Order: sequence, then structure tokens, then C-alpha cells
Amino acid sequence: MLNRASTYLYRRPRLALALLLGPPMMYMVVVYLGSLFNLLVYSFYSLEGFTGLIVRKFTLSTYAQLFEPANLDIFKRTTMMAAAVTFADALIAFPLAYYTAKFASPRLKTWLVIAITMPLWSSYLVRVYAWKLILAQEGILSWFINLLHLDGVLNWLLGFESIGGSSLALSPIGLFIVFVYIWLPYMILPVLTSLERVPKSLLEASGDLGAKPLQTFRAVILPLAFPGVVAGSIFTFSLTLGDFIAPIVLGNSKFFIGMAVYSYQGTAGNIPLAAAMTMGPIVIMIVYLLLARRLGAFDAL
Amino acid sequence: MSNPPAPAIRFDQVSRHFGDVKAVDLVNLEVRDGEFFSMLGPSGSGKTTCLRMIAGFDRPTSGQIFLYGQDVSDLPPYERDVNTVFQDYALFPHMNVADNVAYGLMVKKVNKSERMRRAEEMLELTRLAGFGKRKPSQLSGGQRQRVALARALINHPKVLLLDEPLGALDLKLRQQMQVELKSIQQRVGITFIFVTHDQEEALTMSDRIAVFNEGKICQVGAPAEIYERPASPFVAGFVGTSNLIGGEVAKRLTGSDTMFSIRPEKIHLGKVESQPEADMVSVEGVVRDVVYLGLFTRYLVETEGGNDLVVVEQNLKTTSMDVLSVKGQKVRLLWHRDHMNPVGG
Repeated sequence: MLNRASTYLYRRPRLALALLLGPPMMYMVVVYLGSLFNLLVYSFYSLEGFTGLIVRKFTLSTYAQLFEPANLDIFKRTTMMAAAVTFADALIAFPLAYYTAKFASPRLKTWLVIAITMPLWSSYLVRVYAWKLILAQEGILSWFINLLHLDGVLNWLLGFESIGGSSLALSPIGLFIVFVYIWLPYMILPVLTSLERVPKSLLEASGDLGAKPLQTFRAVILPLAFPGVVAGSIFTFSLTLGDFIAPIVLGNSKFFIGMAVYSYQGTAGNIPLAAAMTMGPIVIMIVYLLLARRLGAFDAL
Repeated sequence: MSNPPAPAIRFDQVSRHFGDVKAVDLVNLEVRDGEFFSMLGPSGSGKTTCLRMIAGFDRPTSGQIFLYGQDVSDLPPYERDVNTVFQDYALFPHMNVADNVAYGLMVKKVNKSERMRRAEEMLELTRLAGFGKRKPSQLSGGQRQRVALARALINHPKVLLLDEPLGALDLKLRQQMQVELKSIQQRVGITFIFVTHDQEEALTMSDRIAVFNEGKICQVGAPAEIYERPASPFVAGFVGTSNLIGGEVAKRLTGSDTMFSIRPEKIHLGKVESQPEADMVSVEGVVRDVVYLGLFTRYLVETEGGNDLVVVEQNLKTTSMDVLSVKGQKVRLLWHRDHMNPVGG
């Protein structure tokens, strides 16, 4: 019976493919894209201010609200944070990934990859709260900074109105540190993969032809690892754009996109505005990906 | 009298150890200016490690390497006037052919138009004119090989290193490239150091050959010398096919039990009752196997002393029927005394 079924499917490869791909595609289309579409529909509805009921009629008024200064500020703040986090992650990830991919022995490499992914084994919430303690006024980081007699520098940094605050835990700097930490593995892994695909002989050939190490880095390593950096930046950038827990726990409680969505649909019950707000990161990511493609990030894929 | 020119490459007691493994063990070597020099040996014999030390990818554990008299043992690759053609070609996949070839000029900050002009020249030399705009992935194996060669030659290195560059090509293309490499070498007049495990390739192209085994050089000499007068049983066996004869049979034939080698094509297969001439020696044997190969036939003959000798004879007057009928018969093997070569051991 089973034998006949497999013979039947062997002769009909298209049917076999449909059976294999059908269920996951259904899930993808119905649950995943469907809910996203639903969100898009809701973003064109509006909230009746007096009754707090949703008016199911097409309108652009909800989107108009996005362009109020307070909301524009949220977009600006979140995008800047996402860009800064992405940049810092790329800067930290590259040397680590490069060493792991090209110099570490196979044994050490295994341990390094385990170490890189280990933070992902524990709950995100636990880690964010742990960081709250680390960054607190009396926390271990302040203690360490005092030990190095750098508290002057820290206070100077915290003194800036836009990024400072009363302590690291309550400032955008602290939030930035936590974001960089949380999303770092998502940057390291794609960069590591792309560097591993660069044969060592290419680096030797470059040096052999007279390129100094820095020239080799710029002309060979960076262009070949660039798709990995872009892949990693898609993760770090979009994850920072959408996160709402870290900005609630840490920082100076100024709104980020995720937080705003969370509070609009929760406390305020303004689902249309929350939906419209969600479209923001999607549009930003689309623009980002188009830019990346312009830069040739996907040529090597 | 003027001083003789410094050798292109000189190894002075060079060793390279990887942990307990002596990949290269106290090697002394001189490569002359302008010659086509081959390093021949089985894999793991240390030939590639020697090449990598000349290029600067590896540093000797002890000993010194001289490039035209200058000690380069501790110089990084980018400060040595040698270039390499890699086994896997190592072309930059994100650059087109012209940019690949011009890479050596680009890092030296030669301006773009000059770069492109000289890259085109190099592509012409390697018969790839007009391929500059293509990506390496759009080329065949043989074409990539030529790009790698053009790229390595553009800086006019003092020495060109070739690491089994023909290994990935099919037989026809390989033979064609052998001829071409040799002619390019003669045209540009650069010292070529060629690493290979293919003895035929080494014999075809080289001015001189160094035979490597287990981290040491067994013999250095011209191809004919290596082939005709192998200095050790290893060389005799690795370069071409050889029959090694020692013990009782050697003692009866030469008066000493020192092992000697004799090439299969030097042995004549005669009737068992035939008598050797004055300067010939002979042994009796039984033909155990016959392999008909068209142009020639290979016989496996078990001699009275218990040695198995390989004999090759051209099929000048014989047909396959004739040669196959010899199987199982008693024969007499005859060869010229001069063709015996003592190998020691």
C-alpha cells in the first residue's frame, strides 16, 4: 500500500511537491500574510473619539495622525536607535566573526559558536531585567567605571539631554548598550557564514600580489562579506525597530515605535492607529532593502 | 672573472614542522636563474610546503630562504618579489577578469588606464584577449587557469610559483597547457617553480627536477638524469615504472648484492634458448600476465629468483594474438649491462 503510494507520487513529482509545500505555504499565506493584511486594512479605519469605537470606513485620517510631531519624533528616535545599534553590532561582530571563521581551530570554533549563541538559550525578559541591574546607579557597571576613575566621563555622557539621564539604566545610552548586546548574535552568525565561504587562498592570493593586510581587507574581505553584514543588519535593524520590552524596562520612557504600538492597541484601544504605526517599520525596512540592493548586497547571493 | 649570478632561490637547512610532523626536514636547494624547476613528489612529501615558504604563506621553523641572494625568510608575502598560481586558481569572484589580472597593479596604485592596458597585454599573452569584461564564474577551467597565470605575471615577479596548476584540468587540456606554460616561460624569461605529483608533467616541462619524499629531497637533476639514473629505490619507483632487483639475482648478474633498477622498456623478451651477447645479461622466467595496450604490450614475468619484472615491448611486428599467446610460456629476459642502475639500499 505504502509502496504503491510512493510509486504513484514518484510518477507525479508536481503532486508530491504540492503535498510537501502545501501546508507550510497555507500557514504562511493565511496566518502570516493574512494577519499582516488584516493589519493593513485596519490602518485605513479610524477611531471614533467620543465612543472609542472603530469606524469601519476607509479613511486616511489615521495615517495623517502619524505625521503629528509627537509621532514623527517616535519614528525618528527609533530609526536612529536602530541604525546606531546596527552599526555598533557590525563593528563588534566583524572581528569576532573573522577570527572565528579564519583563524580559530575547529575545536575552538565550536566553542566560540556555542558562546556566541549561548545568550539566546535564556529568556529575553530575564536578560533585559538582568541588564537593568547591571546598569543601575549602584550596579556593577557603575562600580567598575568608578574603579577605573572614569565616572567623570560617564557623568559627562549622561549630561547630554538627548542621550543621557539620571543613571545608565534610565538613559538612551543604557538602552543602546542593551540592544547592542541582545541582537549581537544575529549579526555575528550571518557575517560568520559569509566569511567562511571566502576561501583562504583568496586572502593569500591578495597578499601574494602585493596587497598589504588593510588593502586585502578593503578589496577582498569586505566586498565578499558584505552580503553577510547586510543580512545581519536586516535582523538587528528590524528587531530594534519593533522591540517594545527593552524600552519599557530601560531608558527614559520616551516612546519607541514598538512601545507606542503596544500602548495604542492596549491601554488606548486605538487599533487603527496601532496598525498604521506598524506599517512604519515595514516601509522603513522596504526602503532599507531597496537601498541594500542598490549597493549590490545581494549580488553574491 | 665575474661572479656567477646568485641563484633565484636558495634553501639553507630549511625545516618546517607542524607539531610533531616534519613536513620539510633540513632541505638544501638551489634553483637557478631563469630555469623551469619542478618539485615532484607524492602528496605529503613537503613540496607544497616548500613552495608556500617561498611565497611567504608559511615560515620555516628553522633555516633560511634566499631570493636572489636576499634573505626573505621573515618577509610577509606582499614584500616578496614572487607570485603564485594557485591550485584552485583563487580568482576574486567579485571582480571581472581584467580587474583580477590588474589586481597586482591596483594595490600598487598604478592608474586605471595604465592598469587596463597592461592587463590586456597579459590577457593577450595568455590568449584570452577580449575576455576582460567577464566574471571568473563565466569561464571554463582552462580559461580560469590562464587568468590566474596572467594575474601572477603582471607584476613581472622574479620567480613564479605554480602549485599543481594543471591538476583540475582534463588530460587533453593539461597536455596543451604544458606546452603553453613552457613557451610562456621561455618568452617572459622568469624562473618558474612548478609543484606537481605527476611525473610525466615534470619530465615534459622541466629543466631540472627535485624529487621529494617525506620532507626531504631525494634527488635533483635534469629529467633524463632522474629517469635514467635514479639515485634511490624511491626515485626509481616514483618516476616512471622501474624493476628493482636485489639479492641473489643481483649477485649473480653483477657480482654484488647491491640493489639495481632496470626500466621495463630496456628489457628484451627473448626465446628461452636464445643466448645473450657479450655486453648483455639475462635471466629466465615465466610470463604470468600480458596486457595488450595497442601501441605496446606490458608483460609481467616471474623470474627464477622470484622477482616479478615488468617488461614493455612495442608492438612493431606483433599482433594482439601473437602477444597474448606468450602467456604462461618460459622466456628469457635480456638487457644491456649499461642500463642497470645501482640504487643502493
